Amino acid sequence: MASRKRKHWYDYLWIWTIIYFALGFFNILFAWLGMIDFILPLIFAIAGGNKWFCNHMCGRGQLFMVLGRSLKCSRRKQAPSWISSKWFRYGFLTFFMTMFGTMIFQTYLVFSGAGSLRKVIKLFWTFKVPWKWAYNGSILPDWVAQFGFGFYSLMLTSTLIGLIVMAIYKERTWCSFCPMGTMTQGICKIKARRG
Amino acid sequence: MRKAVNDINRCVACGVCAGECPREAISIYKGCYAVIDTAKCVGCGICQRACPAGSVKVEEV
Ligand code: SF4
Ligand code: SF4
Ligand code: SF4
Repeated sequence: MASRKRKHWYDYLWIWTIIYFALGFFNILFAWLGMIDFILPLIFAIAGGNKWFCNHMCGRGQLFMVLGRSLKCSRRKQAPSWISSKWFRYGFLTFFMTMFGTMIFQTYLVFSGAGSLRKVIKLFWTFKVPWKWAYNGSILPDWVAQFGFGFYSLMLTSTLIGLIVMAIYKERTWCSFCPMGTMTQGICKIKARRG
Repeated sequence: MRKAVNDINRCVACGVCAGECPREAISIYKGCYAVIDTAKCVGCGICQRACPAGSVKVEEV
């Protein structure tokens, strides 16, 4: 169905999402590239007052569409309404930012020498998965790698949650409570109100 | 006539509906919510089936 419209280069950014996780699997320093997906939507929202990133460029959203729709991995059933309710969306954003802060703090501990580099990926903020192969030292200080492990954990966890809700509910159910989506819409709303 | 109607308090402005609409009747207003051009909308319901937030619905108007 999507083929009826003219395709743009940014319609293929779902491939980027796959490449990103593959690169991080082999070398955790590539996890830093995920910052693009954090900063770009904010630039669009703050400078442009729009959600152009979500609407056209987000590789993750596109991937859910490709897997869920084209590869039929989604039941395409409406999710319960609390998932997209304001309290849950902002609650999840708060939780996510808290976890992001914790990750930054752990990076700081390694930076300051109070902690040492742990080559693990933490899934769902709970399960530690050894990820030793992805880093064998580099000319960069350890904290750079620590941030990589932490950030990759966050990216992988959120994508896994997204895949689960994609399978159970509609393809892009993740987008209805995605912290980036909530944050950018919030910024846009403030901007729109100010005129 | 049946047309798509959006609950702007529910809408998360993800743009899924806009990308799916075969008539290109939907745009995302300033990153806040989806707006439907009723002149273009044919009430096919594709947006409703795709909307993850259950925000846009086809109704008798
Ligand atoms: S809501 Fe999140 S996952 Fe969905 S398009 Fe926006 S940034 Fe991507
Ligand atoms: S009902 Fe069909 S034509 Fe109308 S806005 Fe939705 S997808 Fe577009
Ligand atoms: S798909 Fe639903 S939540 Fe997303 S922009 Fe359209 S109406 Fe809003």
